[in-house]
Amino acid sequence: MSDRQSTTPTFDPETPNTGDDFEPVDVFEDSADFDLRPGADSCYKCSTCDTNCPVAEVDDDFPGPKFQGPEQWRLKRRDDDHSVDDSVMDCSNCMRCDNACPSGVPLSQMHNTARGEYVSEEMSKFSVEYVRNRLLANYRTSAWLASKVPRLANAAMNFGPARWLIEKTMGVTSEREFPAFATETFREWWAHEGGAAGSRERAQVHRERRGDPLDADKKVAYFHGCYANYNTPEVGKAMVGVFEHFGYEVVVPEQGCSGTPMFANGMLGDARRDAEVNVSSFADLVDEGYDAIASCTSCSMALRQEYPELFDIDGVDAVAEHTFESIEYLRIHEDLSGALDDVEVDGDLAAEFAYHAPCHARNQGLDRQAVELFRDVDGVGVEDVGDSCSGISGTYGWKAEKYETSMQIGAEMLDHMADADGETGMTECPTCAMQMEHGTGYDVRHPLELLEAALVE
Amino acid sequence: MAIESDVLVVGGGLAGLTSALAAARAGADTRLVSYKQSTLRNASGLVDVLGYSPDGDGPLVDPYAAIPDLPADHPYRTVGVETVRDAMALFDDAVPGYEGAHTDANALMPTHGGTVKPTARYPAGASAGVASDGRDVLLVGFESLVDFDAGHAAAHLEAAGVPFDVRGVTLRFPGDLRADAKVTRYAKLLDTNGEVTVDGGDRPVRAALADRVSAELDGEERVGFPAVLGDDDPAGVRAALADELGADVFEVPMGPPSLLGLRLEDALFDALDEAGASIETGNPVTDFAVAGSDSVGADTADSDATAASSGGSIERVYVEKNGAEIPNSADQYVLATGGLVGKGVESDRDGVSEPVFDCHVAHDADRYEWFADDAFGDHQFPRFGVATDDDLRPLDAAGDAEFRNLRAAGAVLGGYDFAAEKSGSGVSIATGYAAGRRAAEATR
Repeated sequence: MSDRQSTTPTFDPETPNTGDDFEPVDVFEDSADFDLRPGADSCYKCSTCDTNCPVAEVDDDFPGPKFQGPEQWRLKRRDDDHSVDDSVMDCSNCMRCDNACPSGVPLSQMHNTARGEYVSEEMSKFSVEYVRNRLLANYRTSAWLASKVPRLANAAMNFGPARWLIEKTMGVTSEREFPAFATETFREWWAHEGGAAGSRERAQVHRERRGDPLDADKKVAYFHGCYANYNTPEVGKAMVGVFEHFGYEVVVPEQGCSGTPMFANGMLGDARRDAEVNVSSFADLVDEGYDAIASCTSCSMALRQEYPELFDIDGVDAVAEHTFESIEYLRIHEDLSGALDDVEVDGDLAAEFAYHAPCHARNQGLDRQAVELFRDVDGVGVEDVGDSCSGISGTYGWKAEKYETSMQIGAEMLDHMADADGETGMTECPTCAMQMEHGTGYDVRHPLELLEAALVE
Repeated sequence: MAIESDVLVVGGGLAGLTSALAAARAGADTRLVSYKQSTLRNASGLVDVLGYSPDGDGPLVDPYAAIPDLPADHPYRTVGVETVRDAMALFDDAVPGYEGAHTDANALMPTHGGTVKPTARYPAGASAGVASDGRDVLLVGFESLVDFDAGHAAAHLEAAGVPFDVRGVTLRFPGDLRADAKVTRYAKLLDTNGEVTVDGGDRPVRAALADRVSAELDGEERVGFPAVLGDDDPAGVRAALADELGADVFEVPMGPPSLLGLRLEDALFDALDEAGASIETGNPVTDFAVAGSDSVGADTADSDATAASSGGSIERVYVEKNGAEIPNSADQYVLATGGLVGKGVESDRDGVSEPVFDCHVAHDADRYEWFADDAFGDHQFPRFGVATDDDLRPLDAAGDAEFRNLRAAGAVLGGYDFAAEKSGSGVSIATGYAAGRRAAEATR
């Protein structure tokens, strides 16, 4: 008997399968582990992601996001000994590839997962690189320590011979100046201002002025992150000032690092530890009707996208759905452009700003927000310095071996800043601000500060 | 509250950008939302109006003369030939660095496959490559850039009977680029004229490249490269190479990812910014609400029970960000989400649909009728898309407008096969222009 005769007698290859008897087969079994191979199959190889990668544009050793994401995941098989390629450590986690993909491939989730696997399985825990990365990723711990003695820390951290030693032993570049620590943290200021109770009182005054009902359901929980707390409390103060101006009650719950520097260094254990603190603290507030507001676009990105993509924590989706960037939130809920219609900014913020949109603002659709918002405000100008990456990508540009690449990526932005009218920078991202300041010497401000100057002062 | 505008355009390709530009220039407060970055970086950068008739006649000399003979349901017939001309004038005004506007006649441009394509507008950087020019051509490919095989392209052009001699050579790009270097890597290196290591010494890349090409040059007056000659300053890169070579330099339009498409995208976004529009990319429109109705379209891809068929008005759409639905409301809406490839039209075993507003897409119930057996046969699927009234408003199955304030533009429209006709860009520009203008007029 031939094979042909053994097939079902009704089968005729010329007759179309109408689909009636079609039973799709689930190729990928359900699993609690992250298995991103199904997402890899959404990739149709258009390579749009590659044209967005700031690292692949300057670094001849980096294979780009299409390889790091779908290709690596597609080729990886569960039971063999193929390990994650070490080039994943050269990805700066700018996440621009996410915004590029027309096919919904979860690229940054693939990169974060692969990087986590590489660090936990391939990288020696005793290597200088691991220790250095862990130290950089846990910036909050160092910042907390430094904030106890801010003046001493500021002097010591930028002491030349010490920086030389740190570069030689730890691989942290001595080209950059460490950011200054504030003498009063945002949280210290906040406690001094009466905390949540103080904010409620002030919100009442503003509601009365605005003609809002005194019991309006306007309450937000502020995720200040590490930088606005330890380094730029003026950003946090501006957030509070602006939200209270619109009649919102602000609370500032217990929180850790958003995890952004930890994702970028593959330290998923550290990131999860802080994510658990943050989700637990904000999920309770979301339950009570609060929305979470971040002023740093990387923090809001972490809470919105990276947490639900990487961690299975109770309440993680609810927090993601209720997290917003500060100005975005006001743009949705208040008539912000109307409020800015007939104001004029004066004082030191009546200036021309060279604005850089952080990469992490892009996936959130926020890269044009500041430019569009202040377009018609008298007394200020906000000029977009282009769509390139600043190149620092958080901890990336602090690594001695990445410094040159970081500056090559940033050259385009810095050139455009030099060409722009203004001599003050503006961005939402604290580390982009470091790069802007490092490359131009300009002061760099946050859009919230300008909004405060326009509306509140 | 919601994020408000007069006109809201959904989609960031050529049709969406043109319609937002037309609306903004007509004085409407215009906002454009796009699921992801513009897909223009997948486009060749050539802007076709009509290269072949639906029957395959061509290449056509005058696309405008052929429009009145198109089928009645073709989008060009809906807007009319004068609107096509006005729309192209808007494009010419908004996008610097394009050529072809001096004549109605199509130009014949070589492609990276060595075919000759009839097209209406082309980037200045490609213009020295025009196939009707009699000067001899040297095509230069790079070993590591496998999307362009210069020898193969040259042979194809010869076979097509071009009126000049053409030769292809494949060189190693100077320096130490990786085998799968991105097109943006070549462009960045050439833009910045970065140093590369050649024969043990460091040299600026433009001079190093020109040296390699000079050695191959045999009296040809034109040299064609794959379109990777710079992103920020392509004119400067071309001029520098031309100077060193003593020959005209042109770029051959490439497949995705395409720098010519990327530069076109940048030019259109700049024009839109200048016109005062607001733009947001990165998140999809997943839902909408109809005026006077509590019921939303409810992820309409899954629901056919919309208030739509009553010809109501869209009150707002929702942009989804990680589970949060951000309301965007406008007076008039333009649907410019693309076709089957751009995912503005979707199909599965059960049928063909338009996923955002669930507009009606006519199609045969038997999916085996959607295609012809011959690969280049007369397929139905390329013509899938929404049908509209004269005002570009999508029609329901009964032939009534789905919504009073929704117009459609570009590849989401049915009734034409852009790949066979070479009409993709022109239809997007013409219908985008018309939809944007009319949306702006309707807000008054």
